Amino acid sequence: MKWVGKSVSKIDGVAIATGKPLYTEDLTVPGTLVVKLLRSPHAFARITAIDTVAAKALTGVECVLTHQDVPQVRYSNAGQSFPEPSPYDRLILDPIVRYVGDEVAIVAAVDEKTALAALDLIKVEYEIFEPVLALSSAIDHPSVVHPETDLHCNFPIGLEQQRNIASSHTVEIGDLAAELALCDVVVEESYKTQAQAQAMMETFRSFTYLDQSGRLVVISSTQIPFHVRRQLARALQIPATRIRVIKPRIGGGFGAKQTGVCEVYPAIVTLKTGKPAKVVYERKETFIASNSRHATEFKVRMGASRDGIIRVVDIVGLSDTGAYGEHAPTVFAVIGDKTMPLYNKTKAIRYQGHAVYTNKLPGGALRGYGATQGTFVQESTVNKLAATLGMDPTELRLKNLIRETETSLYYKGKKLGSSSLHRCIETGKSMIGWDAKFPRIEQGNKVRGVGMAVTMQGSGIANIDTASAEIRLNDDGFYTVLVGSTDMGTGSDTILLQMAADVLAADMDQFIIHAADTDVSPFDPGSYASSTTYVTGMAVKKAAEELRDKILEQAASVLQVPAEQLQLDGEQCIDQASGKTVSVASIAAAAVVGPDHRQLSAYATFGSPVSPPPFVAGFAEVEVDTETGKVTLLDFVAVVDCGTVINPALARVQTEGGIVQGIGMALYEEVQYDKKGNLQSNSFMTYKIPGRGDVGTVRVAFEESYEPTGPFGAKSVGEVVINTPAPAIVAAIYNAVGVQITDLPVTPEKIFLGMQAQKQA
Amino acid sequence: MKLELLINQKNYELEAAPDEMLADALRRLGMLSIRKGCDTSCCGLCTVWVEGNPVLSCTMPAFRAQGKTVTTIEGIQPEAEKFARILAAEGSEQCGFCSPGFIMTVIAMKNELKNPSEQAIQHYLAGNLCRCTGYMGQMRAIKTYLGGEVQ
Repeated sequence: MKWVGKSVSKIDGVAIATGKPLYTEDLTVPGTLVVKLLRSPHAFARITAIDTVAAKALTGVECVLTHQDVPQVRYSNAGQSFPEPSPYDRLILDPIVRYVGDEVAIVAAVDEKTALAALDLIKVEYEIFEPVLALSSAIDHPSVVHPETDLHCNFPIGLEQQRNIASSHTVEIGDLAAELALCDVVVEESYKTQAQAQAMMETFRSFTYLDQSGRLVVISSTQIPFHVRRQLARALQIPATRIRVIKPRIGGGFGAKQTGVCEVYPAIVTLKTGKPAKVVYERKETFIASNSRHATEFKVRMGASRDGIIRVVDIVGLSDTGAYGEHAPTVFAVIGDKTMPLYNKTKAIRYQGHAVYTNKLPGGALRGYGATQGTFVQESTVNKLAATLGMDPTELRLKNLIRETETSLYYKGKKLGSSSLHRCIETGKSMIGWDAKFPRIEQGNKVRGVGMAVTMQGSGIANIDTASAEIRLNDDGFYTVLVGSTDMGTGSDTILLQMAADVLAADMDQFIIHAADTDVSPFDPGSYASSTTYVTGMAVKKAAEELRDKILEQAASVLQVPAEQLQLDGEQCIDQASGKTVSVASIAAAAVVGPDHRQLSAYATFGSPVSPPPFVAGFAEVEVDTETGKVTLLDFVAVVDCGTVINPALARVQTEGGIVQGIGMALYEEVQYDKKGNLQSNSFMTYKIPGRGDVGTVRVAFEESYEPTGPFGAKSVGEVVINTPAPAIVAAIYNAVGVQITDLPVTPEKIFLGMQAQKQA
Repeated sequence: MKLELLINQKNYELEAAPDEMLADALRRLGMLSIRKGCDTSCCGLCTVWVEGNPVLSCTMPAFRAQGKTVTTIEGIQPEAEKFARILAAEGSEQCGFCSPGFIMTVIAMKNELKNPSEQAIQHYLAGNLCRCTGYMGQMRAIKTYLGGEVQ
């Protein structure tokens, strides 16, 4: 029996694909109140008066809550292990509103129509302030986004409230100025990346009710059940013992649901009314009033010797955390953490800057979590350096990239475990036909170009992410795997069973998996930071090994032979010496009957002191129309090192999906605000995510490495795959027509204007 | 207003407000495969068949289906499962939230187009968005489903 490495279909695949009622909204009961939120029309204002009399009087309205009705204790919605690095800067409802869409009042009614009508009846008076809308002028702006005195940080994050600085970060190693002076070539560029939307198909939604003991049950489309429990306990000022969070099937997350966006609203309604309540965000609310990727502005300097050895990397800039600091310090740190180690011939490096508050949609987690922005700015600069040196960008990388067992200035002596990145580059070059196509092929007014980029991510958060798993041998001889990770469509429940089945040498249909329910599941931070395969996977593997040993011990005592002599083949424990057997089923049955027996189960916890990076080499081939600036992506090749591939079909589709989300960020997903701070790209009409005709061909290959600290040699794959499209596509466009795009997304207009500027120069 | 609909070959009588959309009416009747993903008629999640043709039920008033036959994925489970198994073998259902609407369009396409080219398939399915899969695996699944019929 061998399951690891097989393209097993997802265990929930057919059920979810054929429309079975398994998602949050499907699980609501008749009589569930519908919750709607009144949102601020102003980017920055103080509520001076709210009149809810007419709304409360409307037939069918059960509850109208304003800031006067909710606990005034600040908390963070960021889904992070305690103590969270994100500042506690949010109230359920705050007398100050900090962006267009910020919550002003909570309404619950018998149906949606009534709730919406009630929203219209609430009269609010505002004292309007000058909003902070530009990232570049946020620091020391006359308006202070968070003037409150009760904002709390669990530990110093470099927050300077009066200056609109949410967090500060500096890593500087070596003598930057001296090393730059020694470089033959120094290139410099400024970049901007946009606040990409996660745009998962299932918008935010939660359903709450009180159980038989009066406890609050929260069924929610969340990546972070345990963090939500802790957030709700603080926000609602009730003990965590009174809260149960259940995650059903999730219609996508991409990090959006690593923030506790909506749970608190139906929760407080249920607490106030005693009745079941649900909130289902509209698409527009999901765009304007949840969270997005942090927009950034960076200046990068890179110095090298004439023969192409990169000596200095200097990245300085800002990220926009919007109105609240969810994930602000950590996303900012990851931008450097997942870029700086790559080029390890450096003598001096610096990564520095701030996450700043503005009166815009809060930043949050989105697949890549900073590494995407960091990869764009660093890789674009490496491509610029290659052009300046007259070197092939693949050669420049092969010369400079970190290899297995090597260290890096940023690693401070720590060594890289597994990497096949150099092989990934070679394979990608051959798949895209690099040598024949680089840099361009001209055919009249259509010019084709190729470009490339590399990236790394992590696998879980080193020294923080810790997951537990329990596996039981049931009375009927099958296994129950209990975990707290949150499969959001990735297939993690399936691949965790593949691992358990391999260890216990059993058929996968001998297993059931349960996840996640905070009343039942062992602790898991949730599925984010590319953690589940590596962290939860290792916990499952350890638990399975322990359970296997217990079964064999039990068999040894039945057969009266040493346990070392026994082998488990899934159904039988076989004595290698005599050939005698005892079945797992009989051991399972005997374990639950009579005195002095104990059901066989195993519990394991895993946390890692390292976060092994997966790698991708991404290659783009584009065609640019020189008359219009229109760019067509013809082909994208991604070669992935995720260690051992546990499930090739699922890893492949994860990669294809991540690449296409990255293509969206590169080419289509434009974020636009008006002058008053209204997010105008607030629907799929105005915010274009890639459709099936927009992405050319995406081809994926794996170059396996073996990660010694991971389960079966595996690392992660979920996030790393989104990072290369933007810099690779931008490089392909540069190689085609010589226009360097430095602010995302690329648009035909920017290319066209760039070509016009070239002509005039 | 009072409506009579033939949904999944079963007669339903329902009271619907003039502004109630078919998607909401169907969910109310227990067809929970119907999802709304965009509110602007561009994601395809809510696709059902009216008189055998795919429509976006989120923007079709329920009264427009008066007296007509409506088919949701609940009504064609054997065929939907056949394709879903192929889709799942590619891993290309991923979160599954867009799958019912997608599958309704795929099966409608199979009924409507003979030997479609890859381009024709992309065109037919242009209104079905998916944020998870990147579409490549969906195309592989469609090709397998249609047998040797894709050019």
